[in-house]
Amino acid sequence: MKVFIDPPNSMILFDLVERFGHEPLCAMIALREMVNNTEIDMPPMNISLDDVVKGLKYAGIEVPSGIRGRLAVWGPLIEEADAAIIMEDAPFAFGCVGCERSNQMVKYLIKKRGIPVVHVSYPENEEQGKLIVSKIKEFFEKLKEIS
Amino acid sequence: MIRIAQLSCGTEYSGIQFEIEKAARSVGAKIVYPDVSAEDINEAVDRFGFDPKSPQLKLMIARAVQLADDRYDADAVFITTCFRCAEASLVRNELRRFIQENTRLPVVTYSFTERLKSSQLLTRMEALVTIVERKDLLSRTRQTGLTAGLDSGSSTTKAVIMKDNKILGKSWASTGDVVQSATTVLKEAMEQADVKPKDIEAIGTTGYGRFTLGKYFNAKLVQEELTVNSKGAAWLAGKQSGEATIIDIGGMDNKAITVRDGIPDNFTMGGVCAGASGRFLEMTAKRLRINIADLGSYAVKGNWINAKMNSYCSVFGIQDLVTTLGEGKPFEDVAAAACHSVAEQVYEQQLQEIDVRHPIIQVGGTSLNAGLVKAIGEILGEPPIVPPDSQYIGAVGGALLSSGFL
Repeated sequence: MKVFIDPPNSMILFDLVERFGHEPLCAMIALREMVNNTEIDMPPMNISLDDVVKGLKYAGIEVPSGIRGRLAVWGPLIEEADAAIIMEDAPFAFGCVGCERSNQMVKYLIKKRGIPVVHVSYPENEEQGKLIVSKIKEFFEKLKEIS
Repeated sequence: MIRIAQLSCGTEYSGIQFEIEKAARSVGAKIVYPDVSAEDINEAVDRFGFDPKSPQLKLMIARAVQLADDRYDADAVFITTCFRCAEASLVRNELRRFIQENTRLPVVTYSFTERLKSSQLLTRMEALVTIVERKDLLSRTRQTGLTAGLDSGSSTTKAVIMKDNKILGKSWASTGDVVQSATTVLKEAMEQADVKPKDIEAIGTTGYGRFTLGKYFNAKLVQEELTVNSKGAAWLAGKQSGEATIIDIGGMDNKAITVRDGIPDNFTMGGVCAGASGRFLEMTAKRLRINIADLGSYAVKGNWINAKMNSYCSVFGIQDLVTTLGEGKPFEDVAAAACHSVAEQVYEQQLQEIDVRHPIIQVGGTSLNAGLVKAIGEILGEPPIVPPDSQYIGAVGGALLSSGFL
């Protein structure tokens, strides 16, 4: 199952999804493909004008280019996802896309897809951390039962 | 009275609420605001799925939900937010989709600045009212009797004579004096159709000069170009049922309209920049010293990539093209770059405000430019349909709809 993670660059969520035997859809993979694309050379992430224009699929011309550029990366992943994990209130060091408007839109696009989603809150201590892992595990087990 | 529900953020503090209400009043409509309670707001935002930080956007969402649930009575929807507010722009576009998915109400979206005047909204408001008030007339798919249509555009004036659902005569000329231009083209169309003025049973006028012409020719139909052009385009393309997108790149403004059974349900009008209109192609042809009619045939043979422009601007963009020619690049590539530039801007600035439906029908005078049609097709990934007489959409729509008064 393809699972979109939010924040899309969270290494911990990425690892959790993989450990539970699923395929994480995350920023690292999308950006790796872009960086490894030898056709163009636009460091640091090879995001080109064309990519930002592609972001128009998700947001109009009036929306700043940084948001459209981000959505051009995350949007196709959300479209591809079978399920999603959203970590609420995570500090930026946990993973972030650097833009609150993009965060709002990512959450909206996930909701609009209507795929199964588990919302978890950033843990303040070890006990809460364990609860989050259990909740995600339970989410995947339920999905397995449904499918 | 037609009730237009306003879903907005920032209109009061921008000092333009009065202008919106004035525009609505001038077309016999009234702006209304769906009632919501404080409790409705959080629930609506939660259901909608986008949680904006700005409370007034939350209110917009709650109002849209009231309309979607049929808990508030309105005939049309006007969604408007401040120009260049990213959060509002995201909400505005998604709310438009939400309304279209959940209601059959016609919708128009608009981003405003503090300089908005009611006249800028007039055509949009008039179109909303027409769609609601003249639903039966707009459902008309066949022209009957002997009628004429006059389209007084910013660049050209067109006339068409129709009889029993067929075009008998047509003519166009550059717009000078509104009445004089229309009189000339009408006379030529009548001569071609071999009819006398007394034989014409009804006239329909549209375009910028519609009111002047309507009065002068005692027209039975005087109607804005968004609905009239849609009807004309659907009739000419033989797509009167089902969905379609109509793209009309005009001399002064562009229209992108989605239709269901030939009746618009969402549209955008752009008119801020000459670089995104047919005027740009005219200026390019003039600057390159080629005939505007030849620009398209040059463009289809060229490759726009070889003459990439650094600006969309009608001054600096054209200067780039001239510089490219100076570098020895062929006319064909330069013409293709000019067409691509207009097509790209229409795509980026207007087609994002509607959800493109298929087929795509390209009309208006610029649809005769094969290079522009090719560029639109390349950008949208689907070649548009260009119906015969595609420049006469407004006149055909006028003749078709005015026959409804016989």
